[in-house]
Amino acid sequence: MFFGERLIGIISPLLLLAVWEVFVRVGWISPQFFPAPSSIVEALIKLSRSGELWLNVSASLRRLVFGFVIGGVPALVLGIIMGLSRPIRLFIDPLIASTYPIPKSALLPLVLLIFGLGENSKIAMVAMGVFYPVIMNTVTGVLQIPKIYFDVGANFGASRWEIFRTVALPGAAPFIVTGIKLGIGMGLILIAIAEMVGADSGLGYMIWNAWQLMDVETMYVGLLVIAFLGFVFTLLLDELERWLLPWRKTI
Amino acid sequence: MSTKIALSNLSKSFPSRSAVITAIDNVSLDISSGTFCVIVGPSGCGKTTLLRIAAGLENKTSGEFSIVREDLRRPLNAMVFQGDSIFPWMSVWDNAAYGLKMRGVGSGEIREIVSHYLDRTGLLRFSEYFPHQLSGGMRQRVSIARAFANDPEVLLMDEPFSALDEQNKLILQEELLRIWEEHKKTVLFITHSVDEAVTLGDKIVVMTASPGRIKAVVDIDLPRPRNILELRRDPKFGKLVFQIWGYLRAEVDAARARAS
Ligand SMILES: Nc1ncnc2c1ncn2[C@@H]1O[C@H](COP(=O)(O)OP(=O)(O)OP(=O)(O)O)[C@@H](O)[C@H]1O
Ligand SMILES: [Mg+2]
Repeated sequence: MFFGERLIGIISPLLLLAVWEVFVRVGWISPQFFPAPSSIVEALIKLSRSGELWLNVSASLRRLVFGFVIGGVPALVLGIIMGLSRPIRLFIDPLIASTYPIPKSALLPLVLLIFGLGENSKIAMVAMGVFYPVIMNTVTGVLQIPKIYFDVGANFGASRWEIFRTVALPGAAPFIVTGIKLGIGMGLILIAIAEMVGADSGLGYMIWNAWQLMDVETMYVGLLVIAFLGFVFTLLLDELERWLLPWRKTI
Repeated sequence: MSTKIALSNLSKSFPSRSAVITAIDNVSLDISSGTFCVIVGPSGCGKTTLLRIAAGLENKTSGEFSIVREDLRRPLNAMVFQGDSIFPWMSVWDNAAYGLKMRGVGSGEIREIVSHYLDRTGLLRFSEYFPHQLSGGMRQRVSIARAFANDPEVLLMDEPFSALDEQNKLILQEELLRIWEEHKKTVLFITHSVDEAVTLGDKIVVMTASPGRIKAVVDIDLPRPRNILELRRDPKFGKLVFQIWGYLRAEVDAARARAS
């Protein structure tokens, strides 16, 4: 039963690829827009042999990691502080509520202006994308912790820092993990966009450059690799969640 | 014996949108050191509020409340909260060790104390379990172990057994009496059950329906150590239960009349 269901999940993409391949070969769809899967795989092999693919993947990953830390860590700390302190929450909430709706991609020109064309602008874009979902989920996470746990902390003599560490952080952790997942998705979107403008490496650059050279296969390789990265991140985070939150009954 | 907890003209009211709710009205009471004091009273009469003031989690509105401090190295109080209160994100062991860790007790000592109380509450085997893997009764025992392990001068227990079935309740009452006999701490214990009050207490404080005042204070001179089942055959036990029900009856009726 279990394997049967897994099999069904694999069948549909395979079927799509097969139909695609056949249609291109028969000449029903144009390889100019939809190159055959076999030629995309060929391009993938070629790009990885030449080292070009790894160069771009590692450039994007590096920016993602830096942006993630620079945006995520302050969001986490500030989010918990806001959750714990009503005055601070009331003070900062309007700032977040009013800047959150701005599409982060629309800020790219401003970010380029401020940080220049180099690495910093890419990292800043990712950081912004990660910041919002993490801080918002963290605040919600702290606020939903039943009050009794804070009373327990106070009754057993926990200091402010200990309340932070033993009550607020673990109590909000399930929400924080959700925020991180959303943040990484956002980071992937923004890194692709940021690398299309004024970059000379990265997956976004690779896709954009392929478009300019009308190298459609490479473009597809870029998309494929981004999708794959997203998939791997999701798996890693699920694993991290299991490891960090062994106390949740739902996983 | 010396006074351990002293309340004089203690009052507490909560401001609300329409009116001020008086939870506790002018309560005066002395509890001497080593007394197992049980508070009974109708629902909403301010029992939890009284305990929270004792724990320092709530401010009094007027009057005096004091616990005499005897040992500066020990915490003044530890509370067993009404309802589920152990941290879902900590193992049984870490929950029981919580107070000791917050006090910065050395890890060797923590290991010794925590294993002692987890053993006494029958939880040692479940040290690595998380709360969601335990029954309601087991979670309550963790909460009790956590409070005892912290070795406070005063133990505050807010209806610790009321969510349990009869068998578990009996077992835990026995365990509580056994652990209490070891140290004879001063205890403030809240319950709805008159049987439980007479079974456990040295002194029973009956409170009136809201606003909470003291209706009667009854000393329980049943011998210790007590055997819970044997106790029920003692005619004195029945008499005391009957007497306290008499006080309580009128208050429960009054509370219900007010509610309808
Ligand atoms: N934080 C609060 N804000 C406003 N009113 C409160 C608050 N806490 C308690 N009260 C009110 O004070 C009164 C006493 O409440 P308390 O919880 O002390 O009752 P209780 O005797 O413990 O009842 P129960 O036996 O049902 O647990 C109630 O009328 C309640 O509504
Ligand atoms: Mg109560």
